[in-house]
Amino acid sequence: MPDTHTIVRVTGVTKNFKLGSTNVQALKGVDLEIYAGEYLSIMGPSGSGKSTLFNMIGGLDKPTEGKVFIDEVDIAQLDAFELAWLRNRKIGYIFQTFNLIQVMTALENITLPMIFAGVHNDAAVKKGIELLDLVGLHKRYNHKPQELSGGQQQRVAIARSLANDPAIILADEPTGNLDLSTGEEIIKLMSALSKERGVTIITATHDYKMLNASDRVVWIEDGLVKKVENRDQLNIDVGCIRMA
Amino acid sequence: MAQKKRIPFQDPDSETDIVAQVVLPFDKSLEISIKSIKSRFLRNMVTVTSLILAVSFLAYILIGSDITNGIYGSGQPDLMKMLEKSGYQVGGSAKERWIVILSLLVCTVGIINAQLMAVTERFREIGTMKCLGALDSFVLRLFVLEASMQGVVGSLLGALAGGVIAILLGMLRFGFDAIKFLPLSDIGISVLYSIGVGFGLSLVGVFYPALIAAKMRPIEAMRVEE
Ligand SMILES: Nc1ncnc2c1ncn2[C@@H]1O[C@H](COP(=O)(O)OP(=O)(O)OP(=O)(O)O)[C@@H](O)[C@H]1O
Ligand SMILES: [Mg+2]
Repeated sequence: MPDTHTIVRVTGVTKNFKLGSTNVQALKGVDLEIYAGEYLSIMGPSGSGKSTLFNMIGGLDKPTEGKVFIDEVDIAQLDAFELAWLRNRKIGYIFQTFNLIQVMTALENITLPMIFAGVHNDAAVKKGIELLDLVGLHKRYNHKPQELSGGQQQRVAIARSLANDPAIILADEPTGNLDLSTGEEIIKLMSALSKERGVTIITATHDYKMLNASDRVVWIEDGLVKKVENRDQLNIDVGCIRMA
Repeated sequence: MAQKKRIPFQDPDSETDIVAQVVLPFDKSLEISIKSIKSRFLRNMVTVTSLILAVSFLAYILIGSDITNGIYGSGQPDLMKMLEKSGYQVGGSAKERWIVILSLLVCTVGIINAQLMAVTERFREIGTMKCLGALDSFVLRLFVLEASMQGVVGSLLGALAGGVIAILLGMLRFGFDAIKFLPLSDIGISVLYSIGVGFGLSLVGVFYPALIAAKMRPIEAMRVEE
């Protein structure tokens, strides 16, 4: 990895949810540094706070305490317009449920963020077609999401997340709704994209297949970072999991 | 709506600014709105139908009173007698007015209800758009555009239907005298008035639901359906 500067810095982030009179502490003080261009997986059991952490990093929710910096900018300080700009240009989102806009075709889904960015329609369409080719969806431009399989929809979503050449792609359980082999293809695609394009990819998952593609893995348990491992430390663990 | 300002993400020393814009051009908004309307055609038709009914009733009452006013102004004794028998009052009866107002109110409540349902149904879509960088104003604009299109169609059809029915019934009562003494400008004003009211109602009806949709945070949209 050339020039490993920190692109996301999470410091002392806690998040409380009030559910009636009870208070759920989903994050209990998370510190994390994510480097530009790496493929980072966040692993942890269900309810450990992965999605919550994601929403903080993605600027979709605000921490109760602590700060999230993207490119050393404290995102709590951004106004509505700057946040929209951040979501539009800096971050690409990939969801477990794909979240394509149902009334639009695959191509229109991909061009939408470019239109928001002020890209001219023809240029957006041209790039949209390139991106669809890149994710392996040739000649599927004019299909509506309902006419595509889950794996194909997720490919469209990946293409969409790349539309404005974001620095960061956030993928919360991107393979959660896919079968094993389709999930594996999606992971391969994402890891290839991260290598080719130098995009920082951050994924949350319980999927151990994800580990092979990751440069680093952050283990979260009960709202706290338990350990952070590099790829070389990982192989041992994966082996253990396989044996178990 | 292209806003330009310095975004905190750029190098403070750099000479050239990043073009800080987030836009949704009007033709694109229109395109998206038309798509949404098409994809939920049946439900939209129900909303439009309620508008047609209310507006046609309004137009019917207005043009009906144009007809009787015309006949009243004609000064022909036999026609005047007919009018008096049917209980004609200059300026229309208070009861009629109440019924019209009530029907318009019911229609507005119906539109609000339908639009609120549309917002709930589209939570995920709205949230996704916001994750892609949509501003509150984009969402607001989409909803208002859709409501305007429904409003135009519903009001036009309603005013047309109401006018035709009023004239036909007038002719049934008074024969050709109904249109003989009917000034064209009066009909025109009544039709325009009905269309205006209908269009206004759809905008009033969408305002609150659209505001809810626009203010929604993307995270709330993502949580639904889990
Ligand atoms: N909006 C909310 N309101 C209340 N509690 C919440 C909310 N969102 C999350 N939580 C709670 O926070 C904790 C962490 O949730 P989170 O969704 O981050 O877990 P997760 O690690 O993503 O789990 P999964 O693997 O199942 O997706 C859970 O106990 C959950 O109940
Ligand atoms: Mg989750």
